[in-house]
Amino acid sequence: MIGEALALFGAVLVLLSAIGVLRLGDVLARLHALAKASTLGVLLLLAGAAVNLRDLNDLTSVVLAGILHLLASPPASNMISRAVYLVEGVPDSALDERREPEPDHTV
Amino acid sequence: MTQATLFILAAAALLFAVRLAVGPSLADRVVALNGLIIVGMGAIATQAAHTSVGSFLPTLVAISLVGPIGTGMIARYIEGRS
Repeated sequence: MIGEALALFGAVLVLLSAIGVLRLGDVLARLHALAKASTLGVLLLLAGAAVNLRDLNDLTSVVLAGILHLLASPPASNMISRAVYLVEGVPDSALDERREPEPDHTV
Repeated sequence: MTQATLFILAAAALLFAVRLAVGPSLADRVVALNGLIIVGMGAIATQAAHTSVGSFLPTLVAISLVGPIGTGMIARYIEGRS
């Protein structure tokens, strides 16, 4: 019962991130919606499955998949956002802390 | 409750597929594919817990490694293309 509730909550999080990916304005915002919500969503789905599984062999597979996903997914999102920033930059309205300041010629 | 979970995951997969078809740039499509991978992982885990058949769970381990590695490779491609 509690495992199914966890899986349902995780599925709702994945659906929310899908709505964000569909509706947000630019690539970095869509990446933000996907990377945060769906990491937690997948972990909740795997936790819901792990609560219901009885065999130790299956349990270790689910736990290993969760750990590997938690280790591998955020760096991949970071690589995509870094590539988008280097190629396209950010929109002018967004805060860009990495941009070089304008040279000061008044002095 | 398992049926509700699978229906919600199917709706999320539909939204990700729309973004995959529409998405203007390559990075948009990569984001949508990443979401589809996540939906697949969740569906495999939910189905395994519902039927208590763990045959597909090693696939989950493989997907959880191969998906982010593929995303990183496409990121390097986007960087080097321009």
